[in-house]
Formats: sequence, structure tokens, C-alpha cells
Amino acid sequence: MKFTRRDVLQTGAGLAAGAVGSKLLGAGGAFAQDSLSFKPEEGASLRVLRWRRFVEGDEVQWLANTKKFTEATGVEVRIDNESWEDVRPKAAVAANVGDGPDIIVGWFDDPHQYPDKLVDLTDLAGYLGNKYGGWYPVAERYATRDGRWIGLPLGAAGACMVYRQSWVQEAGFEEFPRDYQEVLKCAQALKKNNRPMGMALGNAVGDGNGWVHTILWGFGGKMVDDNNEVVLNSDETVAALEYVKELYENFVPGTLSWLDSNNNKAFLAGEISATNNGISVYYAAKMSDDAAMKELAKDIYHVNMPIGPVGKPTELHLFTQAMLFNYSKYPNAAKEYLRFMWEREQYEPWQQAAIGYITQPLAAYEQNPIWTEDPKHTPYRDCVKNMLWNGYSGDLGYASAVAMADYIVVNMFAEACAGDRSPKEAAERAAKRAERYYRV
Amino acid sequence: MVAETRPLSGATAYRRSLWSRLMSDRNFLGFWFMVPAAAILLLFLAWPLILGVWLSMTDTTIGRAGQFIGLENFAWLSDDSVFWLSVFNTFLYTVVASILKFLLGLWLALLLNQHLPFKALLRAIVLLPWIVPTVLSAIAFWWLYDSQFSILSWILVEAGIIDTYIDFLGDMDNARASVIAANTWRGIPFVAITLLAGLQTISPSLHEAATIDGANSWQRFRYVTLPLLTPIIAVVMTFSVLFTFTDFQLIYVLTRGGPLNATHLMATLSFQRAIPGGQLGEGAAIAVAMIPFLLSAILFSYFGLQRRRWQQGGKD
Repeated sequence: MKFTRRDVLQTGAGLAAGAVGSKLLGAGGAFAQDSLSFKPEEGASLRVLRWRRFVEGDEVQWLANTKKFTEATGVEVRIDNESWEDVRPKAAVAANVGDGPDIIVGWFDDPHQYPDKLVDLTDLAGYLGNKYGGWYPVAERYATRDGRWIGLPLGAAGACMVYRQSWVQEAGFEEFPRDYQEVLKCAQALKKNNRPMGMALGNAVGDGNGWVHTILWGFGGKMVDDNNEVVLNSDETVAALEYVKELYENFVPGTLSWLDSNNNKAFLAGEISATNNGISVYYAAKMSDDAAMKELAKDIYHVNMPIGPVGKPTELHLFTQAMLFNYSKYPNAAKEYLRFMWEREQYEPWQQAAIGYITQPLAAYEQNPIWTEDPKHTPYRDCVKNMLWNGYSGDLGYASAVAMADYIVVNMFAEACAGDRSPKEAAERAAKRAERYYRV
Repeated sequence: MVAETRPLSGATAYRRSLWSRLMSDRNFLGFWFMVPAAAILLLFLAWPLILGVWLSMTDTTIGRAGQFIGLENFAWLSDDSVFWLSVFNTFLYTVVASILKFLLGLWLALLLNQHLPFKALLRAIVLLPWIVPTVLSAIAFWWLYDSQFSILSWILVEAGIIDTYIDFLGDMDNARASVIAANTWRGIPFVAITLLAGLQTISPSLHEAATIDGANSWQRFRYVTLPLLTPIIAVVMTFSVLFTFTDFQLIYVLTRGGPLNATHLMATLSFQRAIPGGQLGEGAAIAVAMIPFLLSAILFSYFGLQRRRWQQGGKD
């Protein structure tokens, strides 16, 4: 690397943390400061690759913030967008060939696939965490490796249970329940009223993985333990499978084929009464010009994902974080850009413009008015706080990435639901598949 | 000024004649004329293929150069039920879709070869499925097969033929049939138009002669049309099999390989493992595992084309 942190820390207090590789997080005092800046290199310009917006305001505000940065620093920033699932391969290619955008806003465990290709962001993350109420533990887990920050969490496209209040009340529940057994009863009552719920069981990256992991972990099942030993074939897993099988019988038909967008379509068309989704369904209805849709929006409510026998939230959401590649010629400009974009003055308006689609990784942003201006937004505020990580409770890395990409857990649940295999057999098969990737 | 023309020295004369001899040497020139094409082929076809085979014998992952591990990837795959399911799916998909495309395409070609009104227009329309970008037609099929909004189901329900919507993509067998149907729809025009071109090269006098000899229409088809069409059939079906075997977009849009991997083809599984999963070595191994099958399809066609007797309906 061409620079040392000594060159980049501009504040006096920060100099204490100058030595590369020092345990900055524990340093405490070194970051008890509320200003930090990096001096952009002469003539610096940046390229940023991020996922294409899910809601329009996100991109508009991101660009506006970027423009502010350019005005303040003179550093030109080019923003490229790629469909969210294409960012991962692009980032991988950039890491492999050692050339490409300076910053890539990627997904899940991307930084753990090429940690040595990334610039250490420990100083920046330490500063932001200190200033904004600390990172949620799961955000730190996602972004750090061996005590070093290799990513800068942006947040998660959180999912909650989205439901039709009037139909749930018709079924005898004040609101959509959060206890697994109550959820099952609610699903049965909804089905009886011919208002079934539905959640994706096809190879749906976000919606499929999200809810089945929540239930698997909620029963205490998991793919691997803390030492990355595969422990998927367990009584807890079988219990989760049996539960979902029963739940599935009360779903709308066809959910085994559902990809990420099916539940949105079905919900807005009034085909289902409840599903797991981001805030987009509500907004699509609320912002629609169609009077019937606006009416529907009034009946849409949200509640956090149910909590299982383990007694604590076990959610999984699409987690996104920025990576700064060490081939970048302008690492200081890039760090300054990241710092600028993550500061409250930029982050909160952006979060508002994105209508709460992205839940913050920093606790202080819980105070963002976006979460309370419409009470229906509030559940989404806690998504990152409530989530566990991909490959819980093992390490993030190659194995967790490929096990998720291979839909091992989704397939396991789908097999049990389709009735092709008993829950026990499905768990055995899935464990065998997982072992292939968690071999040494 | 006195112009002086010096006689050519012996060496110069020899050089010149060597140069001019080279310039008129067919082998020498032929070699150099072929070099650009060969370079392009090597660079853009052979080299990536070699690289792919090499990759399949390493444990490369995204972001990390791999070590050579010999055939370990293949050994691991041989123990992977999802891989074998994808092999089965690929064969089922290729065999059924190719047969359907051939039969329906041939039928369509024979129909279009008749004297029909608006012949040119009809032929243009037939080509449409082939022209539309695969992703677009796949999205159209995705709506047709939707579990809640399928117009096919809607029509059948409205007509009182069925009570509940068909679960096109949620049931393993239905999903397989659905993707095969979509692929067939897309592939028929290629077969039909190519075979139509073949049909039009068959001289009408042969049919007339056969008619005079008392052959009925089936006999004319069996003993005149089919043998003359065989070379074209060999080529078109080779291409058709190759396209089908390596299909990716249709599956990726419709099912992502689901439900329960029932529609995962080797190509889609290879992508899933290599790119979203990051296991480049293993993904390459799945892709390389397709090569023997593709090669045998090509060899079949190659030798088929070489055998004129076989083409003309005779025995070897």
C-alpha cells in the first residue's frame, strides 16, 4: 500500500492510532472526537459502483449528497449503478483483476471473499461508531475480519411481516402475531376465511432466504456452530421444518415457485393477506395514483418478524456495505467520501429519501424522523438490530457465501413442504450439502 | 546526364526471385492469410476454453487464485446429488425439447412450403419467437406461468375446465414441462425456417417423377423429401441440441433452477456455484463436464455430414 494511516489522519488525537494494525476499536480515547477528515489526493477523482435503487428517492438523494461532496472537496465522483444481483460478480472481478471502481457498495459477506484486496477502514469505522451511538453488533460482525474493518456497513434492506389489518382482524387477531404458534393459528384462520398468506419458497435470494432463516434460527437450528462445524441436522432444525410444513399448508398455492417479486405482486393484487417484505409494498400502494391502491395502503400494516422459542429476534436481511479496494489511486479521497456520506447531515436525508428502505447500521440513526413520521415505518427501524448474519453462528467467508447462494436452507424447507422428503430426510440432505462447503 | 542502369547483381536477382517465388507460393501465402483468423480463434475460443479447463482443476474462488488440485472438483461433484439432478434435468430438457422442436419445426416447414396466401408474411411471423430477445420472451412466459396471475389458468378456470390455478412452476414435474414448453416455443422457428430452406432446394421434378411412379404423399415424403433433407436436419439439429443443452436465460428468469432444483441445468448450476457462490473452480468443473456431451453432439453431426450414403438414406 502506498500510504500509511499516518498520512491520512488529520486530527491530533487520531495520531495516537497511527500504527498500522493497532487495535483501534479498543483504543477508546483515540476516537473520542467528533471530527475526522482525510485529505483527498491532488487531482483525485473517484468511481463508485452501487446497486441500482429500489426506490427513486434513494438515487436522487445519493447523487445530491455526492454533488455536495464534490462542491466541498473538488473531487469528481462518478456513480455507476448495477442491478443489485450483478454487483457481486462485478465486485469479484474488480477484486480479481485489481482494477475497477474505487468503492463498491456490495452485499452480505462480499468483503470476506477478498479481505486482502480491501483498504482497512478501521479508523473511519471507529470514528463513525463513536460519534453515532455505536455500530450494531451484527454490522460489526459483517464488516470486520480479525479485528480489522474491511467494509463500511451502509445498512440492510430490512423485511417485516406486511399484512392486511382488516383481514387479520377478521381472522380474530388484533394485529399480526409475533409468536410462532400464534402465527400458525393466524395463518390457519386466514386460510379458512379464504384470505391465505404466502411467503416465497422458490430460489428467491432475499425474500426466500429471509423468512426461512428466521424460523430455522428461531427454533435454535443453525447450519454451523461457532467453530464452523455443520450442525444443521438437529432436532431444532427438524422442529423448524415440521412447523414450516404446517404453515405452508395454509399458504396460497404456488409459493414453491415464488421468486423475489411474486409476493409483492400477489399482495398488491389482494391475493394474499400477509407476507414478508421490505417497505416497498406499502410505498407502492401509498404512492400509487390509483384510488383503490391508496385505500389499500391504509389497510397495510407492518410488524417485525416473529420470534421463536429461542426468545430473541433471529432475522436475516439483505445487508449492504461499502468496500474500498486497495488498487484505488485515491484512498484518502475515497475515505473522505465515505465519511462524508455516512455523516448524519447526509445519511439521514438519504435514508428519508429512500423512504426507510434501508435500515441504519449505526444506533444514533434510530432517531431519524423517518421512523416515526408514519408509525407504519417504525418496525423497519429495528431490522438491523434484530438480525443475525449469513452463516450464523459460524464465520463469514467462502463457505457462508456459497451455502447461501446454493439455497441450501431454502431448498431444505421447500423439500419438506413439497412432501417429497420427510423433515428428517430434508435436514440430513441439507447437512450433507452444507458439509461440502464447510470442509476444511 | 548519362543515365546509368547497373545490372542486377547475382545476389539481388536471387533475392528478388525468392521473394516473387514466395509471393506466388500458395502454401506460404495461404498460411499467412490464415493467421489472422487462426489468431482470433485461438485467442477468443481456444484460450478461454483452455483456461476454463484449467480453472476446473483448481480450487479458485472469487478473489483468490487457486491451487492445482487435479480432478478433486470432479470427484466432489460425483458425490453431489444436486449436480446429478442437474445432469438429469439437462438431458431431459435437451432430449424432449429437441425432439419436440424437430417434429413441430419439420411440420411447420412442410406447411410453409405449400403455396399459401401471404407466404412471405407468414414466414416472417414464424420467425418472431426466434427474434425476440430470450429474456423478454422468458419474462412473458413468467407471467403466463405465474401461480396467481397466469392467463392460461384464468382462461381454463373461467371456462369451467379447472377449479384451481395450475401450479406451473411450483411443482417439480409441471415446472420441467413448463420450461421445456417455453424452450420449444422459442426454438421452433430456427428449425422450421432452416428446414424450409432445405425443402426449397429439392427439385419439384423429383416429386413429379415419384408421383408418376405412383407414390402417395407419405411415400414421397419418406423416400424423396426426407433423404434429401437429411444433411440439413443433421446441421440444424446439432445446433438445436447445442443451444438447448447450454440454455441459461430462460431458466434463470423463470425459476432460478427451482423448485427444489427441478429445473437446474448444468449451465445454471455452474453459474450459481461460480458467481453468486464464489466457487469459480467448482463452477468451471460443472461447465467442463458439459464438454464431452457437446463434443459428442458435434462429432455425431460431423461424421453424419461426411457420410453421403448415410445422408441419402442408405446404409454404411
